[in-house]
Amino acid sequence: MDLSVAGDIRERFLKLGVDLDEEDINQRLRRLTLEFKVPEDEARRSVINYFLKENGLEREKYYAGASDDLIAIGDIKEEGRWVNLKAKVVQLWEPSHESIHQTGLLGDGTGTIKFTMFESSSDPEEMVLEEGRSYLIRGAVTGIWQGRYQLNFNRATTIEEIDEEIIVESPTQEFTGVIVEIQSGSGLIKRCPECNRALSKGSCNEHGRVEGVYDLRIKAVIDDGEKTQDVIINRELTEELCGITLEEARDMATEALDHGIVADVIRRKILARYYTITGRRFDRYLLAETIKPKKFSNDVLERLLSQVSQSSE
Amino acid sequence: MVEDDRRYMREPAKRVFAQEFRESDLTYREGDDIYSPQYLITPTGAKVNRLFVTGTMIERDDIGGEVEYWRARITDPTGVFLVYAGQYQQEAAEVIATTEPPAFVAVIGKQNIYTTPEETTITSIRPERIQVIEEETVDQWIIDTAEQTLKRLQNRSELLEEAVKHYQTDPERYREMVATALDALKH
Repeated sequence: MDLSVAGDIRERFLKLGVDLDEEDINQRLRRLTLEFKVPEDEARRSVINYFLKENGLEREKYYAGASDDLIAIGDIKEEGRWVNLKAKVVQLWEPSHESIHQTGLLGDGTGTIKFTMFESSSDPEEMVLEEGRSYLIRGAVTGIWQGRYQLNFNRATTIEEIDEEIIVESPTQEFTGVIVEIQSGSGLIKRCPECNRALSKGSCNEHGRVEGVYDLRIKAVIDDGEKTQDVIINRELTEELCGITLEEARDMATEALDHGIVADVIRRKILARYYTITGRRFDRYLLAETIKPKKFSNDVLERLLSQVSQSSE
Repeated sequence: MVEDDRRYMREPAKRVFAQEFRESDLTYREGDDIYSPQYLITPTGAKVNRLFVTGTMIERDDIGGEVEYWRARITDPTGVFLVYAGQYQQEAAEVIATTEPPAFVAVIGKQNIYTTPEETTITSIRPERIQVIEEETVDQWIIDTAEQTLKRLQNRSELLEEAVKHYQTDPERYREMVATALDALKH
Protein backbone atom coordinates (compact mmCIF):
# COMPACT_ATOMS: atom_id res chain seq x y z
CA MET A 1 0.00 0.00 0.00
CA ASP A 2 1.31 3.38 -0.98
CA LEU A 3 2.20 5.59 1.96
CA SER A 4 0.76 8.58 0.14
CA VAL A 5 -2.72 7.02 0.23
CA ALA A 6 -2.74 7.34 4.00
CA GLY A 7 -1.34 10.86 3.71
CA ASP A 8 -4.03 11.75 1.23
CA ILE A 9 -6.78 10.46 3.48
CA ARG A 10 -5.34 12.35 6.45
CA GLU A 11 -5.23 15.57 4.46
CA ARG A 12 -8.83 15.29 3.34
CA PHE A 13 -9.99 14.66 6.89
CA LEU A 14 -8.00 17.68 8.04
CA LYS A 15 -10.11 19.79 5.66
CA LEU A 16 -13.17 18.48 7.47
CA GLY A 17 -11.58 19.45 10.80
CA VAL A 18 -10.48 16.00 11.92
CA ASP A 19 -6.85 15.27 12.70
CA LEU A 20 -6.12 11.56 12.21
CA ASP A 21 -2.97 9.65 12.99
CA GLU A 22 -1.36 8.74 9.66
CA GLU A 23 0.21 5.60 11.12
CA ASP A 24 -3.22 4.43 12.31
CA ILE A 25 -4.64 4.92 8.80
CA ASN A 26 -1.72 3.10 7.31
CA GLN A 27 -2.01 0.14 9.65
CA ARG A 28 -5.66 -0.28 8.81
CA LEU A 29 -4.93 -0.16 5.08
CA ARG A 30 -2.09 -2.66 5.40
CA ARG A 31 -4.17 -5.04 7.47
CA LEU A 32 -6.83 -5.17 4.75
CA THR A 33 -4.53 -5.34 1.74
CA LEU A 34 -1.75 -7.55 3.05
CA GLU A 35 -3.48 -9.73 5.59
CA PHE A 36 -6.95 -10.00 4.05
CA LYS A 37 -5.97 -9.54 0.38
CA VAL A 38 -8.56 -6.83 -0.14
CA PRO A 39 -8.05 -4.84 -3.38
CA GLU A 40 -6.42 -1.47 -2.77
CA ASP A 41 -9.45 0.57 -3.82
CA GLU A 42 -11.81 -1.35 -1.58
CA ALA A 43 -9.41 -1.09 1.32
CA ARG A 44 -9.21 2.67 0.88
CA ARG A 45 -12.97 2.98 0.69
CA SER A 46 -13.47 0.82 3.75
CA VAL A 47 -10.90 2.72 5.84
CA ILE A 48 -12.40 6.08 4.83
CA ASN A 49 -15.86 4.83 5.77
CA TYR A 50 -14.54 3.64 9.11
CA PHE A 51 -13.17 7.09 9.98
CA LEU A 52 -16.25 8.88 8.66
CA LYS A 53 -18.43 6.78 10.96
CA GLU A 54 -16.05 7.17 13.86
CA ASN A 55 -16.27 10.95 13.55
CA GLY A 56 -19.94 11.16 12.65
CA LEU A 57 -19.31 12.66 9.21
CA GLU A 58 -21.44 12.22 6.10
CA ARG A 59 -20.06 10.41 3.07
CA GLU A 60 -21.16 13.19 0.75
CA LYS A 61 -19.15 15.79 2.64
CA TYR A 62 -15.93 13.85 2.34
CA TYR A 63 -16.26 13.11 -1.36
CA ALA A 64 -17.95 16.24 -2.62
CA GLY A 65 -15.26 18.49 -1.18
CA ALA A 66 -12.53 16.08 -2.09
CA SER A 67 -11.15 17.63 -5.18
CA ASP A 68 -11.50 20.43 -7.67
CA ASP A 69 -9.89 18.41 -10.42
CA LEU A 70 -11.86 17.97 -13.61
CA ILE A 71 -12.08 14.53 -15.16
CA ALA A 72 -12.37 13.76 -18.87
CA ILE A 73 -15.25 11.44 -19.77
CA GLY A 74 -12.87 9.00 -21.43
CA ASP A 75 -10.98 8.68 -18.13
CA ILE A 76 -14.01 7.50 -16.14
CA LYS A 77 -13.08 3.89 -15.42
CA GLU A 78 -14.29 3.30 -11.89
CA GLU A 79 -17.68 3.21 -10.27
CA GLY A 80 -18.56 4.92 -7.02
CA ARG A 81 -16.28 7.92 -7.58
CA TRP A 82 -17.26 11.54 -7.07
CA VAL A 83 -16.16 13.56 -10.07
CA ASN A 84 -16.26 17.07 -11.54
CA LEU A 85 -16.40 17.65 -15.26
CA LYS A 86 -17.13 20.07 -18.04
CA ALA A 87 -19.41 18.60 -20.66
CA LYS A 88 -21.98 19.36 -23.30
CA VAL A 89 -25.48 17.88 -23.37
CA VAL A 90 -25.54 15.84 -26.57
CA GLN A 91 -29.05 14.47 -26.19
CA LEU A 92 -31.88 14.39 -23.70
CA TRP A 93 -34.14 11.35 -23.42
CA GLU A 94 -37.59 10.83 -22.13
CA PRO A 95 -37.21 9.60 -18.52
CA SER A 96 -38.41 6.02 -18.23
CA HIS A 97 -39.54 6.41 -14.63
CA GLU A 98 -41.17 9.18 -12.65
CA SER A 99 -38.33 9.22 -10.14
CA ILE A 100 -36.00 10.41 -12.90
CA HIS A 101 -35.96 14.16 -13.47
CA GLN A 102 -33.72 14.24 -16.51
CA THR A 103 -31.62 11.72 -18.39
CA GLY A 104 -29.49 11.87 -21.49
CA LEU A 105 -26.04 11.90 -22.90
CA LEU A 106 -23.13 14.16 -21.99
CA GLY A 107 -20.04 14.51 -24.14
CA ASP A 108 -16.60 16.07 -24.24
CA GLY A 109 -13.50 15.71 -26.40
CA THR A 110 -12.86 12.19 -25.12
CA GLY A 111 -16.23 10.48 -25.33
CA THR A 112 -19.83 10.41 -24.21
CA ILE A 113 -21.54 9.16 -21.05
CA LYS A 114 -25.11 8.68 -19.92
CA PHE A 115 -26.29 10.80 -17.00
CA THR A 116 -29.30 10.47 -14.74
CA MET A 117 -30.66 13.19 -12.51
CA PHE A 118 -33.11 11.84 -9.99
CA GLU A 119 -36.15 13.78 -8.93
CA SER A 120 -34.82 13.85 -5.40
CA SER A 121 -31.58 15.47 -6.57
CA SER A 122 -32.75 18.99 -5.94
CA ASP A 123 -35.52 21.45 -6.58
CA PRO A 124 -37.14 20.13 -9.77
CA GLU A 125 -37.57 23.67 -11.08
CA GLU A 126 -33.86 24.21 -10.95
CA MET A 127 -31.00 22.38 -12.63
CA VAL A 128 -32.59 21.87 -15.99
CA LEU A 129 -30.10 20.86 -18.62
CA GLU A 130 -30.67 21.83 -22.23
CA GLU A 131 -29.47 20.07 -25.35
CA GLY A 132 -26.45 21.66 -26.98
CA ARG A 133 -25.44 23.66 -23.91
CA SER A 134 -22.30 23.17 -21.85
CA TYR A 135 -22.07 22.85 -18.08
CA LEU A 136 -19.61 22.59 -15.24
CA ILE A 137 -20.83 19.72 -13.09
CA ARG A 138 -19.46 19.14 -9.61
CA GLY A 139 -20.03 16.20 -7.35
CA ALA A 140 -21.54 13.71 -9.81
CA VAL A 141 -21.13 10.05 -8.90
CA THR A 142 -19.94 7.44 -11.38
CA GLY A 143 -21.88 4.21 -11.67
CA ILE A 144 -22.03 1.25 -13.96
CA TRP A 145 -25.03 -0.24 -15.74
CA GLN A 146 -25.12 -2.86 -18.46
CA GLY A 147 -21.34 -2.80 -18.37
CA ARG A 148 -21.09 0.89 -19.19
CA TYR A 149 -20.19 3.83 -17.03
CA GLN A 150 -22.73 6.49 -16.27
CA LEU A 151 -23.08 9.54 -14.07
CA ASN A 152 -25.66 10.01 -11.36
CA PHE A 153 -26.52 13.46 -10.06
CA ASN A 154 -27.61 13.64 -6.44
CA ARG A 155 -28.39 16.30 -3.84
CA ALA A 156 -24.76 17.29 -3.50
CA THR A 157 -24.29 17.75 -7.26
CA THR A 158 -24.03 21.31 -8.51
CA ILE A 159 -24.55 22.30 -12.12
CA GLU A 160 -23.53 25.58 -13.65
CA GLU A 161 -23.92 26.60 -17.27
CA ILE A 162 -20.67 27.73 -18.88
CA ASP A 163 -20.04 29.83 -21.94
CA GLU A 164 -17.57 27.48 -23.51
CA GLU A 165 -17.76 25.58 -26.79
CA ILE A 166 -17.11 21.90 -26.09
CA ILE A 167 -16.52 19.72 -29.10
CA VAL A 168 -17.85 16.24 -28.52
CA GLU A 169 -15.73 13.49 -29.94
CA SER A 170 -15.06 9.87 -29.15
CA PRO A 171 -11.85 8.06 -29.94
CA THR A 172 -11.96 5.56 -32.81
CA GLN A 173 -12.38 1.98 -31.67
CA GLU A 174 -12.01 -1.35 -33.40
CA PHE A 175 -13.96 -4.55 -32.89
CA THR A 176 -13.40 -7.89 -34.60
CA GLY A 177 -15.95 -10.67 -34.31
CA VAL A 178 -19.01 -12.34 -35.73
CA ILE A 179 -22.27 -10.57 -36.53
CA VAL A 180 -24.63 -12.60 -34.34
CA GLU A 181 -27.80 -10.55 -34.74
CA ILE A 182 -29.47 -8.13 -37.12
CA GLN A 183 -31.91 -6.20 -35.00
CA SER A 184 -35.34 -4.88 -35.88
CA GLY A 185 -35.14 -1.41 -37.37
CA SER A 186 -32.56 -2.67 -39.88
CA GLY A 187 -32.87 -2.52 -43.65
CA LEU A 188 -35.20 -0.14 -45.42
CA ILE A 189 -36.51 2.43 -42.97
CA LYS A 190 -38.25 5.80 -43.09
CA ARG A 191 -37.01 8.87 -41.28
CA CYS A 192 -38.80 12.00 -40.13
CA PRO A 193 -38.08 14.86 -42.56
CA GLU A 194 -38.02 17.28 -39.61
CA CYS A 195 -35.70 15.63 -37.14
CA ASN A 196 -34.26 12.62 -38.98
CA ARG A 197 -35.46 10.18 -36.32
CA ALA A 198 -36.43 6.75 -37.60
CA LEU A 199 -40.22 6.46 -37.84
CA SER A 200 -42.06 3.78 -35.96
CA LYS A 201 -45.19 2.56 -37.77
CA GLY A 202 -45.18 5.69 -39.93
CA SER A 203 -45.02 8.08 -36.97
CA CYS A 204 -42.29 10.22 -35.51
CA ASN A 205 -42.08 10.26 -31.71
CA GLU A 206 -41.72 14.02 -31.85
CA HIS A 207 -43.67 15.12 -34.92
CA GLY A 208 -46.42 12.54 -35.24
CA ARG A 209 -47.56 11.28 -38.66
CA VAL A 210 -45.23 12.56 -41.36
CA GLU A 211 -44.28 11.72 -44.93
CA GLY A 212 -41.10 9.73 -44.24
CA VAL A 213 -37.85 9.82 -46.16
CA TYR A 214 -36.38 6.44 -47.13
CA ASP A 215 -33.04 5.36 -45.71
CA LEU A 216 -30.99 2.21 -45.41
CA ARG A 217 -29.17 1.17 -42.25
CA ILE A 218 -28.22 -1.84 -40.15
CA LYS A 219 -28.43 -2.25 -36.39
CA ALA A 220 -26.31 -5.28 -35.63
CA VAL A 221 -24.64 -7.05 -32.74
CA ILE A 222 -21.02 -8.13 -33.17
CA ASP A 223 -19.59 -10.73 -30.81
CA ASP A 224 -16.00 -11.89 -30.24
CA GLY A 225 -16.88 -14.77 -27.90
CA GLU A 226 -16.11 -12.73 -24.79
CA LYS A 227 -18.14 -9.57 -25.24
CA THR A 228 -20.73 -8.09 -27.57
CA GLN A 229 -21.06 -4.66 -29.15
CA ASP A 230 -24.10 -2.99 -30.68
CA VAL A 231 -23.25 -1.43 -34.03
CA ILE A 232 -25.00 0.99 -36.35
CA ILE A 233 -24.06 0.84 -40.02
CA ASN A 234 -25.15 3.81 -42.14
CA ARG A 235 -26.54 3.82 -45.67
CA GLU A 236 -23.27 4.29 -47.50
CA LEU A 237 -21.58 1.39 -45.72
CA THR A 238 -24.69 -0.78 -45.95
CA GLU A 239 -24.84 -0.25 -49.72
CA GLU A 240 -21.18 -1.16 -50.07
CA LEU A 241 -21.35 -4.12 -47.69
CA CYS A 242 -24.48 -5.72 -49.12
CA GLY A 243 -24.08 -4.69 -52.75
CA ILE A 244 -27.51 -3.11 -52.81
CA THR A 245 -28.37 0.56 -53.30
CA LEU A 246 -31.17 2.44 -51.58
CA GLU A 247 -32.96 2.60 -54.98
CA GLU A 248 -32.72 -1.15 -55.45
CA ALA A 249 -33.86 -1.74 -51.88
CA ARG A 250 -36.94 0.41 -52.51
CA ASP A 251 -37.76 -1.41 -55.74
CA MET A 252 -37.30 -4.74 -54.02
CA ALA A 253 -39.65 -3.74 -51.20
CA THR A 254 -42.26 -2.37 -53.61
CA GLU A 255 -42.22 -5.54 -55.66
CA ALA A 256 -42.49 -7.80 -52.61
CA LEU A 257 -45.00 -5.46 -50.92
CA ASP A 258 -42.84 -5.94 -47.83
CA HIS A 259 -40.08 -3.80 -46.35
CA GLY A 260 -38.86 -6.80 -44.37
CA ILE A 261 -37.40 -8.36 -47.50
CA VAL A 262 -34.47 -5.92 -47.42
CA ALA A 263 -33.54 -6.95 -43.88
CA ASP A 264 -33.68 -10.58 -45.03
CA VAL A 265 -31.23 -9.84 -47.83
CA ILE A 266 -28.89 -8.13 -45.36
CA ARG A 267 -29.19 -11.03 -42.92
CA ARG A 268 -28.32 -13.63 -45.54
CA LYS A 269 -25.33 -11.56 -46.59
CA ILE A 270 -23.68 -10.67 -43.27
CA LEU A 271 -25.19 -12.68 -40.39
CA ALA A 272 -22.75 -15.23 -38.91
CA ARG A 273 -19.80 -13.77 -40.83
CA TYR A 274 -16.56 -12.38 -39.39
CA TYR A 275 -15.82 -8.65 -39.70
CA THR A 276 -13.54 -5.97 -38.35
CA ILE A 277 -15.42 -2.76 -37.67
CA THR A 278 -13.92 0.60 -36.76
CA GLY A 279 -15.92 3.55 -35.58
CA ARG A 280 -16.76 5.88 -32.77
CA ARG A 281 -18.85 5.11 -29.78
CA PHE A 282 -22.13 6.95 -29.30
CA ASP A 283 -24.09 5.93 -26.24
CA ARG A 284 -24.16 2.13 -26.37
CA TYR A 285 -23.55 1.98 -30.10
CA LEU A 286 -20.44 1.82 -32.19
CA LEU A 287 -21.11 4.01 -35.24
CA ALA A 288 -19.32 2.15 -38.01
CA GLU A 289 -16.88 4.11 -40.16
CA THR A 290 -15.27 1.12 -41.86
CA ILE A 291 -16.33 -2.51 -42.02
CA LYS A 292 -14.09 -5.18 -43.54
CA PRO A 293 -14.57 -8.92 -43.85
CA LYS A 294 -11.98 -10.67 -41.71
CA LYS A 295 -9.75 -12.76 -43.92
CA PHE A 296 -8.61 -16.27 -43.16
CA SER A 297 -5.12 -16.01 -41.73
CA ASN A 298 -2.52 -18.69 -42.50
CA ASP A 299 -0.19 -17.03 -39.99
CA VAL A 300 -2.64 -17.57 -37.17
CA LEU A 301 -3.17 -21.17 -38.32
CA GLU A 302 0.61 -21.78 -38.27
CA ARG A 303 0.92 -20.25 -34.82
CA LEU A 304 -1.91 -22.37 -33.41
CA LEU A 305 -0.54 -25.54 -35.04
CA SER A 306 2.86 -24.98 -33.48
CA GLN A 307 1.18 -24.30 -30.15
CA VAL A 308 -0.62 -27.66 -30.11
CA SER A 309 2.31 -29.65 -31.48
CA GLN A 310 4.72 -28.20 -28.91
CA SER A 311 2.55 -29.11 -25.99
CA SER A 312 2.13 -32.73 -27.04
CA GLU A 313 5.88 -33.34 -27.09
CA MET B 1 -22.17 -5.02 -7.92
CA VAL B 2 -20.50 -5.26 -11.29
CA GLU B 3 -21.56 -8.89 -11.66
CA ASP B 4 -25.10 -7.90 -10.91
CA ASP B 5 -25.18 -5.30 -13.67
CA ARG B 6 -23.68 -7.61 -16.22
CA ARG B 7 -26.66 -9.89 -15.85
CA TYR B 8 -28.66 -7.61 -18.11
CA MET B 9 -26.08 -7.55 -20.85
CA ARG B 10 -26.40 -9.68 -23.94
CA GLU B 11 -24.58 -12.94 -23.37
CA PRO B 12 -21.65 -13.44 -25.74
CA ALA B 13 -21.81 -16.51 -27.96
CA LYS B 14 -19.07 -18.91 -26.82
CA ARG B 15 -16.97 -20.88 -29.31
CA VAL B 16 -16.82 -24.55 -28.39
CA PHE B 17 -16.01 -27.61 -30.54
CA ALA B 18 -18.62 -30.36 -30.85
CA GLN B 19 -16.61 -32.93 -28.89
CA GLU B 20 -16.25 -30.62 -25.91
CA PHE B 21 -19.90 -29.52 -26.04
CA ARG B 22 -21.03 -33.13 -26.11
CA GLU B 23 -18.95 -33.96 -23.03
CA SER B 24 -20.40 -31.05 -21.02
CA ASP B 25 -22.94 -31.56 -18.25
CA LEU B 26 -22.03 -29.10 -15.46
CA THR B 27 -24.76 -26.48 -15.18
CA TYR B 28 -25.58 -23.77 -12.71
CA ARG B 29 -27.94 -20.86 -12.38
CA GLU B 30 -26.77 -17.40 -11.45
CA GLY B 31 -29.29 -16.07 -8.94
CA ASP B 32 -32.38 -17.98 -7.91
CA ASP B 33 -35.43 -16.71 -9.77
CA ILE B 34 -36.76 -18.21 -12.99
CA TYR B 35 -35.28 -15.37 -15.04
CA SER B 36 -31.75 -16.03 -13.82
CA PRO B 37 -29.60 -17.18 -16.70
CA GLN B 38 -28.44 -20.76 -16.74
CA TYR B 39 -24.86 -21.54 -17.62
CA LEU B 40 -23.07 -24.61 -18.82
CA ILE B 41 -19.44 -24.99 -17.77
CA THR B 42 -17.52 -27.00 -20.36
CA PRO B 43 -14.46 -29.18 -19.65
CA THR B 44 -12.06 -26.37 -20.66
CA GLY B 45 -13.92 -23.83 -18.52
CA ALA B 46 -16.10 -21.99 -21.05
CA LYS B 47 -19.12 -20.47 -19.31
CA VAL B 48 -21.85 -20.91 -21.88
CA ASN B 49 -25.26 -19.31 -22.08
CA ARG B 50 -25.15 -18.78 -25.83
CA LEU B 51 -23.07 -20.46 -28.55
CA PHE B 52 -21.85 -19.71 -32.03
CA VAL B 53 -21.01 -22.86 -33.97
CA THR B 54 -20.53 -23.74 -37.62
CA GLY B 55 -20.20 -26.94 -39.61
CA THR B 56 -21.87 -29.15 -42.15
CA MET B 57 -25.53 -29.95 -41.77
CA ILE B 58 -25.47 -33.62 -42.80
CA GLU B 59 -28.98 -34.67 -41.81
CA ARG B 60 -32.26 -33.06 -40.94
CA ASP B 61 -35.54 -34.67 -39.97
CA ASP B 62 -38.96 -33.43 -39.02
CA ILE B 63 -39.54 -35.49 -35.89
CA GLY B 64 -42.68 -33.59 -34.85
CA GLY B 65 -46.23 -34.79 -35.03
CA GLU B 66 -48.86 -32.33 -36.18
CA VAL B 67 -46.52 -29.43 -35.54
CA GLU B 68 -43.16 -29.41 -37.29
CA TYR B 69 -40.20 -30.10 -35.04
CA TRP B 70 -36.85 -30.26 -36.77
CA ARG B 71 -33.70 -32.04 -35.68
CA ALA B 72 -30.50 -31.26 -37.54
CA ARG B 73 -27.10 -32.89 -37.19
CA ILE B 74 -24.24 -30.46 -37.74
CA THR B 75 -20.69 -31.77 -37.81
CA ASP B 76 -17.39 -30.07 -37.15
CA PRO B 77 -14.02 -31.90 -37.39
CA THR B 78 -14.39 -33.16 -33.78
CA GLY B 79 -17.98 -34.39 -33.63
CA VAL B 80 -21.67 -33.57 -33.99
CA PHE B 81 -23.92 -30.81 -32.70
CA LEU B 82 -27.60 -31.62 -32.33
CA VAL B 83 -29.92 -28.74 -33.13
CA TYR B 84 -33.66 -28.81 -32.39
CA ALA B 85 -36.04 -26.18 -33.77
CA GLY B 86 -39.81 -26.09 -33.37
CA GLN B 87 -42.64 -23.58 -33.46
CA TYR B 88 -40.85 -21.21 -31.06
CA GLN B 89 -37.78 -21.09 -33.30
CA GLN B 90 -39.77 -20.54 -36.45
CA GLU B 91 -37.16 -18.69 -38.50
CA ALA B 92 -34.48 -21.24 -37.70
CA ALA B 93 -36.88 -24.13 -38.36
CA GLU B 94 -37.68 -22.66 -41.75
CA VAL B 95 -34.00 -22.47 -42.70
CA ILE B 96 -33.52 -26.12 -41.71
CA ALA B 97 -36.65 -27.15 -43.63
CA THR B 98 -35.57 -25.38 -46.82
CA THR B 99 -31.86 -26.28 -46.80
CA GLU B 100 -30.86 -29.47 -48.56
CA PRO B 101 -28.04 -31.34 -46.76
CA PRO B 102 -25.10 -31.43 -46.98
CA ALA B 103 -24.68 -27.68 -46.51
CA PHE B 104 -22.38 -25.37 -44.57
CA VAL B 105 -24.33 -23.63 -41.83
CA ALA B 106 -23.77 -21.41 -38.79
CA VAL B 107 -25.91 -21.57 -35.66
CA ILE B 108 -26.35 -18.95 -32.97
CA GLY B 109 -28.35 -20.31 -30.06
CA LYS B 110 -28.74 -21.44 -26.49
CA GLN B 111 -27.58 -24.72 -25.03
CA ASN B 112 -30.11 -27.27 -23.90
CA ILE B 113 -29.15 -30.01 -21.45
CA TYR B 114 -31.32 -33.09 -21.08
CA THR B 115 -30.73 -35.91 -18.64
CA THR B 116 -32.33 -39.24 -19.56
CA PRO B 117 -33.85 -41.52 -16.87
CA GLU B 118 -30.65 -43.56 -17.26
CA GLU B 119 -28.67 -40.50 -16.14
CA THR B 120 -27.09 -39.93 -19.53
CA THR B 121 -26.79 -36.27 -20.47
CA ILE B 122 -27.59 -35.08 -23.95
CA THR B 123 -26.51 -31.61 -25.02
CA SER B 124 -28.17 -29.84 -27.90
CA ILE B 125 -28.65 -26.33 -29.26
CA ARG B 126 -31.91 -24.38 -29.42
CA PRO B 127 -31.22 -22.05 -32.32
CA GLU B 128 -31.96 -18.32 -32.39
CA ARG B 129 -30.50 -18.04 -35.89
CA ILE B 130 -29.37 -20.50 -38.51
CA GLN B 131 -27.63 -19.22 -41.58
CA VAL B 132 -26.31 -20.94 -44.68
CA ILE B 133 -22.68 -19.84 -45.04
CA GLU B 134 -19.64 -20.46 -47.20
CA GLU B 135 -16.71 -22.75 -46.40
CA GLU B 136 -14.37 -19.88 -45.62
CA THR B 137 -16.50 -18.86 -42.65
CA VAL B 138 -16.38 -22.44 -41.35
CA ASP B 139 -12.58 -22.32 -41.61
CA GLN B 140 -12.50 -19.04 -39.74
CA TRP B 141 -14.70 -20.45 -37.02
CA ILE B 142 -12.35 -23.43 -36.59
CA ILE B 143 -9.40 -21.05 -36.11
CA ASP B 144 -11.43 -18.82 -33.79
CA THR B 145 -12.64 -21.78 -31.72
CA ALA B 146 -9.17 -23.34 -31.60
CA GLU B 147 -7.73 -20.06 -30.35
CA GLN B 148 -10.41 -19.55 -27.70
CA THR B 149 -10.20 -23.16 -26.50
CA LEU B 150 -6.40 -22.97 -26.09
CA LYS B 151 -6.78 -19.64 -24.32
CA ARG B 152 -9.20 -21.19 -21.83
CA LEU B 153 -6.77 -24.04 -21.15
CA GLN B 154 -3.91 -21.62 -20.59
CA ASN B 155 -5.68 -19.02 -18.51
CA ARG B 156 -6.05 -21.26 -15.45
CA SER B 157 -9.16 -19.36 -14.45
CA GLU B 158 -11.43 -20.26 -11.57
CA LEU B 159 -13.84 -21.66 -14.15
CA LEU B 160 -11.17 -24.02 -15.46
CA GLU B 161 -10.43 -25.12 -11.89
CA GLU B 162 -14.10 -25.83 -11.37
CA ALA B 163 -14.23 -27.72 -14.67
CA VAL B 164 -11.18 -29.81 -13.80
CA LYS B 165 -12.73 -30.69 -10.46
CA HIS B 166 -15.94 -31.87 -12.13
CA TYR B 167 -14.65 -33.46 -15.34
CA GLN B 168 -11.10 -34.39 -14.30
CA THR B 169 -10.18 -32.52 -17.49
CA ASP B 170 -7.01 -33.80 -19.11
CA PRO B 171 -5.73 -30.70 -20.96
CA GLU B 172 -3.75 -32.89 -23.32
CA ARG B 173 -6.93 -34.51 -24.62
CA TYR B 174 -8.41 -31.13 -25.49
CA ARG B 175 -5.20 -29.96 -27.13
CA GLU B 176 -5.45 -33.07 -29.29
CA MET B 177 -9.05 -32.14 -30.08
CA VAL B 178 -7.85 -28.70 -31.19
CA ALA B 179 -5.08 -30.31 -33.27
CA THR B 180 -7.67 -32.56 -34.97
CA ALA B 181 -9.80 -29.52 -35.82
CA LEU B 182 -6.84 -27.54 -37.19
CA ASP B 183 -5.68 -30.54 -39.27
CA ALA B 184 -8.94 -30.28 -41.18
CA LEU B 185 -7.78 -26.89 -42.47
CA LYS B 186 -4.65 -28.21 -44.16
CA HIS B 187 -6.16 -28.62 -47.58
